[in-house]
Amino acid sequence: MITYIFVFLAVLAVASALAMVISKNTVNSALFLVLNMVSLAGLFLLLKAQFLAVIQILVYAGAIMVLFLFVIMLLNVEDEESLFSRFRVKYFVAFLVGIAVFSQLLYSIGSFSEMLPEVAPEMTEAGTVEAVGEVLYSQYLLPFHIIALLLTAAVNGALMIAQHKIKPGASND
Amino acid sequence: MDYLHDINAFLPGVIVALAGLVTITIDAYKNDHGSIYGLTVFSLLAGLILSVMDMFGPVGEAFTGMITYGGVSAFGSSVVLFGALFCVLISREYLSAIDHEYGEVYSLLLIATAGMLGLVSANNLIMIFIGIETMSICLYVLAGIIKGQKIGAEASLKYFLLGAFSTGFLLYGMALLYGATGSLYLTEIAEGASSDLLFIAGAALLLVGFFFKVSAVPFHMWTPDVYQGTPTTITAYMATASKSAAFVALLIVLSKMIPAETANWAGVIEVIAILTMVMGNLIAIVQDNIKRMLAYSSIAHAGYLLVGLAAGTPEGYSAVLFYLFAYTIMNIGAFGVVAYYERQQGLDFTDINNYVGLGFKKPLMGVLLSFFLFSLVGIPPFVGFVGKYLIFAAAINAGYIALAVILALASAASVYYYLRPMVYMYFKDPHKDVPLVRSGIVFRSTLVVLAALTLYFGIAFGDLHNLLSSFYTADWVTHLVGQ
Amino acid sequence: MFENYLPIAILAGVAVVLAILLMTLSRVLGPYRPNKTKLDPYESGMDPVGDAANRYSISFYLVAIAFIVFDVEVVFVYPWAVSYLDFGPGTLVSMIIFILELYVGLIYLIKKGALDWDLKKGMFN
Repeated sequence: MITYIFVFLAVLAVASALAMVISKNTVNSALFLVLNMVSLAGLFLLLKAQFLAVIQILVYAGAIMVLFLFVIMLLNVEDEESLFSRFRVKYFVAFLVGIAVFSQLLYSIGSFSEMLPEVAPEMTEAGTVEAVGEVLYSQYLLPFHIIALLLTAAVNGALMIAQHKIKPGASND
Repeated sequence: MDYLHDINAFLPGVIVALAGLVTITIDAYKNDHGSIYGLTVFSLLAGLILSVMDMFGPVGEAFTGMITYGGVSAFGSSVVLFGALFCVLISREYLSAIDHEYGEVYSLLLIATAGMLGLVSANNLIMIFIGIETMSICLYVLAGIIKGQKIGAEASLKYFLLGAFSTGFLLYGMALLYGATGSLYLTEIAEGASSDLLFIAGAALLLVGFFFKVSAVPFHMWTPDVYQGTPTTITAYMATASKSAAFVALLIVLSKMIPAETANWAGVIEVIAILTMVMGNLIAIVQDNIKRMLAYSSIAHAGYLLVGLAAGTPEGYSAVLFYLFAYTIMNIGAFGVVAYYERQQGLDFTDINNYVGLGFKKPLMGVLLSFFLFSLVGIPPFVGFVGKYLIFAAAINAGYIALAVILALASAASVYYYLRPMVYMYFKDPHKDVPLVRSGIVFRSTLVVLAALTLYFGIAFGDLHNLLSSFYTADWVTHLVGQ
Repeated sequence: MFENYLPIAILAGVAVVLAILLMTLSRVLGPYRPNKTKLDPYESGMDPVGDAANRYSISFYLVAIAFIVFDVEVVFVYPWAVSYLDFGPGTLVSMIIFILELYVGLIYLIKKGALDWDLKKGMFN
């Protein structure tokens, strides 16, 4: 069962990455990227890295993708028709079914049933959210606080780039 | 965990980081550059004094082995804080003269310095990564503060993209090293070192990331454009403090983590050093823009420093540390004088052709520039000579005769482009009369102090050199014994 | 081990089924007459012509950046929130310091008017 899920997720990850690159419509590309990240999160889950899986969804599929779509909508408005009209649900369902069939084929032809190694028990322990918290707030205390500093600097720097008016007199190029 | 002991061990960093946060808050509530500047100078000075005192203190680990204090770390912190302090001192007048003085500049400088302090005291790969990132993100922003010019935006964007790319290499290398040895602590990685492919690949990728940051030759492309587009005093900060921090971290990684027996990295560094010295010096010769010239010269200096690392002996390491200090003093000075000329209205004073006849108009600045450039060449009474000599001697003693010879030849070639501005300043007649403004008292005295230091450490270098070799050998022994 | 994820799987399944169901329902039940003119923006009877790459207010960019930064912050608070009772008071103090460090950034954003959408009052004047 786990092997089957792995093969399915792996094929899904590769196929959605390819679809992202091939797709001409930028919004579709972004949505395929979401799919890719979700399947990666599933792969992390199979490796018993729960924290990583949650972060993958929370930060990448959530925040980063929102930014991507945001930029696409801001920059690429000239082709409104193609943004909305070409995406058909049936194509998407066909995509998913095709992947399911392909991974089923791979699974049966390749006889992968013994392919996946067992995840070691200590790795099972290490990937949980509690375990990450335990080292993050004791052993990695200093990096943890420097990260807060880094994030503050990022806010500060982003606002500084945006804030000040362009000084016309200073230009000499 | 004994928090007080830990905080005490990282006190310069804590002070600088707190000052960074406080300056952001001050900047949020009122537009008062004076108090921000004062607090910045005060915190950097306090940190500098503390880390210099730390140099003579004991060596140890803090924050569950994340960082080390004393010894090499303390010296690295001192160099970084010294560079940051002097850059801030000359920055205020320059930035207000070009009408780009913002409170955020000081906050970002402080936070970048805090990141560098973490980097030079790192004992763990995570610490190195976070340190490099904190430093780099602040520098990406600082590179682009002149928004009116395309060249500033280009500098910022180029630096950001290439820096992010190099961070990818660094991080991937760390992941592979963790996979190969099962630890992120430098000393534990050294124990688990083997010559299997995973370890070698990890170490190689890590080195690529570092070579990007220190702008060694195949990875140097960003340097001239970024140095040219950034405000000059910030460029001085990039060229000295950030480069020193990256070099100290590279030195720590090489000496502690990758034992020479398992991975023969000396050969790699040898090749990179030769490329860096030759390319840096050759391209610097044809530059007409003085900031680009100094950028290529900083690449060349990275090559000299890599020679010391290639030697791989305690002697070589202490020579590298001395050279970093020397390089910091003379490079801030050179950029400072360029910043002074650049402030003048009317002509583009980054172009070397506009320096004609300036030497006699403002004698002090002319003499100061000559001091710093002579020191960069490596002419005897100045500190640059001592640094180069120590590296040269270390390379000879370690048996790298070819490297030493190339170092000498490359330095000889560098005489041409370092002395060219002086020839223009003193031996050519001005084609246009440019009124030069008077520099402020802080600006002038900072540069005079730097010039005095170039001379002082060029003559009385013995104490510092002894100190460096003493604590480096002490470190070396503890390392061999295995902590 | 996968029994633990059963609720999440059910939730995801319900979400997918619901989305497809609603889209199909509206397609089946509602009238569907695609027409090119429906896609045209209406602007007082004028045919809107102009440069496609409009310049947007920089506030959009700032809000996006602030969102990312505070979203990444959540990553570091999340493990603490899962089992904060196990960690003890030391971690609580450390967590408060972490939040305070980021609070400086938030104060800065607010005081500089970066979150102020009324551009007359904001930082761009």
